[in-house]
Amino acid sequence: MTAVGLIFSNIHDRNITEMTRKRTMASVPFGCRYRLIDFALSNMVNSGIDKVGIVTHYNYQSLLDHIGNGKDWDLARRSGGIKILPPFITAYDSNIANKLYSTRLEAMIGVNNFINRCTEDYVVLSDCDIICNINLSKVIKEHEESGAELTMVTKKMFITGEDAGKYTIIEPDEEGYAKSIYDSTSNTTGIKTIAANIFVIKRTNLQSIILESLAHGYKSFTLDVLSVMAKKKLVKCYNFDGFYACINSLAGYFSTSMQLLSPEVRAGLFGIKHRPVMTKVRNSAPAKYTEDAVVSNSLVADGCVIEGEVHDSILFRGVKVGKGTVVKNCILLQDTYIGENCNLGCVITDKNVVIKDGRNLSGHETMPFFIEKGARV
Amino acid sequence: MFRKKECVAMLLAGGQGSRLYALTSKVAKPAVQFGGKYRIIDFPLSNCINSGVDTVGVLTQYQPLVLNEYIGNGLPWDLDRYFGGASILPPYQGKERSDWYKGTANAIFQNLEFIDKFDPDYVLILSGDHIYKMDYSKMLEYHKENDAACTIAVLDVPLEEASRFGIMSVNDDGSIYKFTEKPKEPDSTKASMGIYIFSKDKLFDYLKADNQNPDSCNDFGKNIIPEMLAKGEKMMAYEFSGYWKDVGTISSLWEANMDLIGKSANFNLSDEGWRIYSRTESRPPHFFGADAKVDNSLLTEGCEVYGEVKNSVLGSGVKVAKGATVIDSVIMSDVEIGAGAIVNYCIIDSNVKVGAGAQIGKNKESAQGITVIGEKCIVPDGMIIGDNEMITEM
Repeated sequence: MTAVGLIFSNIHDRNITEMTRKRTMASVPFGCRYRLIDFALSNMVNSGIDKVGIVTHYNYQSLLDHIGNGKDWDLARRSGGIKILPPFITAYDSNIANKLYSTRLEAMIGVNNFINRCTEDYVVLSDCDIICNINLSKVIKEHEESGAELTMVTKKMFITGEDAGKYTIIEPDEEGYAKSIYDSTSNTTGIKTIAANIFVIKRTNLQSIILESLAHGYKSFTLDVLSVMAKKKLVKCYNFDGFYACINSLAGYFSTSMQLLSPEVRAGLFGIKHRPVMTKVRNSAPAKYTEDAVVSNSLVADGCVIEGEVHDSILFRGVKVGKGTVVKNCILLQDTYIGENCNLGCVITDKNVVIKDGRNLSGHETMPFFIEKGARV
Repeated sequence: MFRKKECVAMLLAGGQGSRLYALTSKVAKPAVQFGGKYRIIDFPLSNCINSGVDTVGVLTQYQPLVLNEYIGNGLPWDLDRYFGGASILPPYQGKERSDWYKGTANAIFQNLEFIDKFDPDYVLILSGDHIYKMDYSKMLEYHKENDAACTIAVLDVPLEEASRFGIMSVNDDGSIYKFTEKPKEPDSTKASMGIYIFSKDKLFDYLKADNQNPDSCNDFGKNIIPEMLAKGEKMMAYEFSGYWKDVGTISSLWEANMDLIGKSANFNLSDEGWRIYSRTESRPPHFFGADAKVDNSLLTEGCEVYGEVKNSVLGSGVKVAKGATVIDSVIMSDVEIGAGAIVNYCIIDSNVKVGAGAQIGKNKESAQGITVIGEKCIVPDGMIIGDNEMITEM
């Protein structure tokens, strides 16, 4: 059994425009020192997949900067390793394959050449906005044994509220095959089986799907391909019972980040033996706490200097919190600088934000106050 | 056809560091952990790459396993290169002789072929037991400007401490006229930092001659430097004024760690222009529980603190359970401190488990010395270990 990975780096960018204006979904920072793609990439590497194509779309500079040649994931290889797949657009051809894609299916059509050149038996498709630590070799093995055409990872979740319309819902039968697959709507509510947006398929099958879609002008992977396959009982579900979260709004980003403060969630994500979550190494010095520092229920990355109070917060690398400042329920991204005697509650600061002395800023858990990259307050 | 390297560094990392006792029973001194996420050897290696020296031979001998694995192909320091980069140089079996490295000079002598491969003009000799940040390229400039045969980095030390070091007596132009190893009555305060730059040909000549001398200890400080001075070679002292600490003893290792914290921290690790690189495992950020207390400390990835940490340096993956207290201590990686335990004025080596309610060490003011717990020790629940103790096995 050999498998190649394919990660969609710009998928669902619009769900969290505040943070993806200047970066891809894949490079949205998460959990003090990671970026979202680290989870998808680490899952693949930890499952023995050592060839991964990353499909990019637009503004992927931050992603390239993060991935580099892939050595932090042990993917700097002569054969295999990381392959960045930028959009392939030619000037003279109006064929669908040569336009900037807008759906997952079109993205796959665009990287058809990459898939055609692969020799691996299976392709694992993964989105980059999902946070989980999953053993993909198990999924591939089950897929192999079941004889299904396609296996999709699913998760039982309680869906409600604002983000309800952003899932793909699956109705499985008793044998674990998907009976029907459809997009959720904004009034969907209750415990549903949703698509975790990780798929395993035989490479040759994926190639036929791509060719067929090209011939018929299909656009949506879920509606034109998956749901049609499901009706023929070709789609098997793999229910994942570990920690799983999908980031599909700023409030979702906030609440999922805060879930990391729970030891159980951290154990399910970072504490699984032999399955570390890898990320780019920055070589920051250890975090420094002065005599006046007061810290509780918080996650802090290296390179921070804490002189004030930090409670229930997530601090990325190189954050400075000045004397007399109180930070509560905040997510402070890399190199945020907070002066003295400030008060921050439910604030998300993007990278390199400077907050001057004495500022009082506050949002609410359902509507965190977001300060964009490089802003000065 | 390979390119030439102007300067090749040779890093002496084979020393046992016997005065670190329990801390070096399983690892060589350069592999001893320091400052939370580093090992001592990270400092000379990072200095090399930051100074533009990209070819480093690392001479290993004593307990090399951890060190070899740690250096690997040199990737964390950007020293994974097609030509040059980091090379580990252990003693080897030869056709004519098979020797351990007998002294610092002999270690280099046995690897002259390695140096020659790069056809360098200069050779930088470093030791793996000091904590400092230094731009070797400036020292090399100085060496070239003076057209010296050898340049030795020196540091001004207080007169009363001078008898612990190799002391250089220096003319106004910076040239050395006298060198005394640990003088009883020092006539200068310029101490050798154990950092030498040699013009390659001179080094080769003297090492070859030294090897012919059966009475020699084959040591740079004892033999090569005095011999070169006696022969009237141009020897220059390069004055260094920054932070430099020999961490060869338990107390100096503790002090150097403490120099990283406090209001007047002497040594800054977060210098963006001079990063210290280290091999890090992928660990999650560190976490503080709801009742955790932290005061004047350094913490790094993977730590989980539910108790209290004060004036301490914690290595990666250290767990401090609820009600436990860590004061004035240096805790190395993956140590677990059980609920209610008290750790006071200690150095605890990696993978130690301190049982619940155990008490180790005494408070700094009343203690006679630092308590050291060797790696992988398991301290049973409720056990009391006093001050100035050295525990290697349990």
